[in-house]
Amino acid sequence: MHKVEKHLLDELLQDDIEKADVYNLRQNGHLVKRKENPYIHIRSKEDGSGIDIEVLPDTLFGVIDIPVIITESGLTDIVYNDFYIGKNANVTIVAGCGIHNHAEQSSRHDGIHRFFLEENAKVRYIERHYAEGKGEGKKVLNPTTEVSLKKNAYLMMDTIQLKGVDESVRLTKANVEDGATLVINEKILTSQNQKATTDFQVVLRGGNASCHVVSRSVARDNSYQEFSSNIIGKDQCYGHVECDAIIQDKARVKAIPEIDAQSVDANLVHEATIGKIAGSQLVKLMTLGLSEKEAEEVIIQGFLK
Amino acid sequence: MLELIDICFTRDHKKILDHVNLQLEKEKFYAITGPNGSGKSTLAKIIMGIEKPDSGRILLDGIDITEKTIDERAKLGFGFAFQQPVCFKGITVFDLLKIATGKEIKKQEACSILSKVGLCALNYIDREVNNSLSGGELKRIEIATILARNPKIAIFDEPEAGIDLWSFRSLNRVFQQVQQANQGITLVISHQEKILNIADWIILMEEGKINKIDTKNNMISCIFQEAKCCIGGGSDA
Repeated sequence: MHKVEKHLLDELLQDDIEKADVYNLRQNGHLVKRKENPYIHIRSKEDGSGIDIEVLPDTLFGVIDIPVIITESGLTDIVYNDFYIGKNANVTIVAGCGIHNHAEQSSRHDGIHRFFLEENAKVRYIERHYAEGKGEGKKVLNPTTEVSLKKNAYLMMDTIQLKGVDESVRLTKANVEDGATLVINEKILTSQNQKATTDFQVVLRGGNASCHVVSRSVARDNSYQEFSSNIIGKDQCYGHVECDAIIQDKARVKAIPEIDAQSVDANLVHEATIGKIAGSQLVKLMTLGLSEKEAEEVIIQGFLK
Repeated sequence: MLELIDICFTRDHKKILDHVNLQLEKEKFYAITGPNGSGKSTLAKIIMGIEKPDSGRILLDGIDITEKTIDERAKLGFGFAFQQPVCFKGITVFDLLKIATGKEIKKQEACSILSKVGLCALNYIDREVNNSLSGGELKRIEIATILARNPKIAIFDEPEAGIDLWSFRSLNRVFQQVQQANQGITLVISHQEKILNIADWIILMEEGKINKIDTKNNMISCIFQEAKCCIGGGSDA
């Protein structure tokens, strides 16, 4: 593997891909390598548009890496990946896309991931997006995540986009049934003229269904971020959305919260805070010996940790 | 020696500090007291560089530091414990103590600092310095950052406020540790007799001026027996 590809994978994955129990590496629209085991199967879709990942019931502690890397300028890669997680299974899935584009044409990846979790299944899903390259070509990433949680299923999703992505439209839809829980932690940093849009649409359909969405973002320079969320509660349920943004320079951040209680027993909360770094935080760190610039970096690093 | 020469500070047409002159000597513990709005906190912030005086000079060992920024003063050995500790999202107690020491420390060292302020370290070291901590816990962590820095000029702005179950004796032990470590200057803003009692010198401020500086023994009787009415509580200007 070349240096560029290795660097992109290092940015996306927590560990060496070979250490994963199962993996599927896609580069520039084509399969590079794949590993399966008796409990977790990966099949290419017949039309070649993506893969199906099947985790057998009762599979425990499997780590599945599904990275996509794009090193060709001018390429648009659209992939449909479906994850079928059997009853009582408990796995970690690490996905995401890394783009290296030093040329003039735009590179784009649209990853449409659908998760079907059966009863009591548990998934930790980590999705990272990263781009690099000094050319004029834009690096565009549009991830869509659709989640279906059956009774008492649990999905925790960490979605991270901290560097290099010029444009992204992130759509997450979820249907949460009885006793199931969806937890989403989003971290986004935009700079220069980058644009990032995030939209969460969650339906809490069953009794005791719950959802916690925490979005922390930093917008710098002339960048623009838009956060919207719509949580619908149809039964006795709990939904909590927190959008917290630090704004700097000439950036703009827009938050559009929407909560819709369709049952008297639905308990829905939305919090949105947008503002610059608190002066008192800078002053405290400066009294500990950091310069203003250093203090700012420490605060942002902590905020997005 | 730290010298404040003719310091004036006015805001909204109100004289907060009115021609303040003060000399603070090494190896001495000073307590500043006085009614609310007398300018105590502003004076402390001016010493740390958090506020800039409208006029006057500040000298450290004869060198003018009036124009030095907060972080420059921190590097010169100034430390400041805030009356109301600041919260951070995502920054842990360990992160803050590492920043305070200015070097890569091990968790064991950070735990040892925390235990000096009466916190059971393992319960706190990885917690974020945010509103999930009580006011008293935040206050102790604030004081721990000063212990971690080991400053030559340690300034504490009402350190007793919010200190719940932790005894004043422990707080006083912290002051002594900081002072002994550096043979430096300790300056504490306080209304508490138990803190004033361990001071070498007590500075009484009123209406932006230093009304009186005297030894603890002379001043305590004046403040707590003859002039109780002049001592306030709570936040200051």
